[in-house]
Amino acid sequence: MGFDLNNWYKEKKQGDLILEYAGSISSDVISDTLTEFEAKMNQSEDLRRVRKKVYNVLVECLQNLYHHVDEPPEDVEIDEKDRYGAVVLSRDGTFYRVSTGNYVKKEKISSIKDRIDQVNSLSDDEVKMLYREVLNNSEFSEKGGGGLGMLDIVRKTGNKLEYNFFQVDNDYIFFALDVYIS
Amino acid sequence: METIIREETLKTPFVKFDSDKGLVEIKGRSIPENSIEFYKPLIDWLDKYADQPNGRTSVNIKLEYFNTSSSKCILDIFRKLELIHKKGNEVEINWYYEEDDEDMFEAGEDYQSIINIPFKMIEMED
Repeated sequence: MGFDLNNWYKEKKQGDLILEYAGSISSDVISDTLTEFEAKMNQSEDLRRVRKKVYNVLVECLQNLYHHVDEPPEDVEIDEKDRYGAVVLSRDGTFYRVSTGNYVKKEKISSIKDRIDQVNSLSDDEVKMLYREVLNNSEFSEKGGGGLGMLDIVRKTGNKLEYNFFQVDNDYIFFALDVYIS
Repeated sequence: METIIREETLKTPFVKFDSDKGLVEIKGRSIPENSIEFYKPLIDWLDKYADQPNGRTSVNIKLEYFNTSSSKCILDIFRKLELIHKKGNEVEINWYYEEDDEDMFEAGEDYQSIINIPFKMIEMED
């Protein structure tokens, strides 16, 4: 048995669910998700500081999907295949978790893995220094981020990124990312 | 020069660039998917403004959120302002942040570490 998308999604939705979306990650979907987030979180008793961090992480995660997902393989049963991605925000005790999942072509594994492992290996100060270096030195990309997204998430949360690659078929992998904010 | 005014949207900030007054203001949230599209006209405006700048330019940056895609565009704006400053014009940069927002304070420090103009860090109370 290969990777089961529904099971993964179901598992991520366990606990105190705040919002969830699976489908085409369009600019409008991102707007709607953020609006929904604000409507729900305005009632929360959390400090504004934490709410802002969660909002920031959510923006980066959604836009990461928007810019980088690959279309799912043909035989996967999904209605909206264009820019398909899944995102789940839930609360787990004292922290929030943003989980994202998307299909990527197999050849991208090593670059994604290298990037995350590198960011995870750095101390807080090193993350800050590298962020400044990338901000200052790297070229504009069409997608704009220039590789700051993951650094920004780690810097703002102070937590390591957790990830998994699930084999889908010979060409595709499902990339699952968990970000914790406390 | 024509004054630029952009009203705030869900993903883009309020912007006012006024050459007569020497005023550059960006307020609100900057989280567009395509930040280059949004910032390119602003950076072009500053390019022109740099030819005949006001003797004193006041810059007010009051951001609630910005995404990493915007962060480089904002740096580009500061770089243009730095050129104006280097030519001997006065440029005052006010970086506003909410009192409990250490991330926004640090973002100001990031830019300050790259740009050779002193920033005035202004904490906003509730």
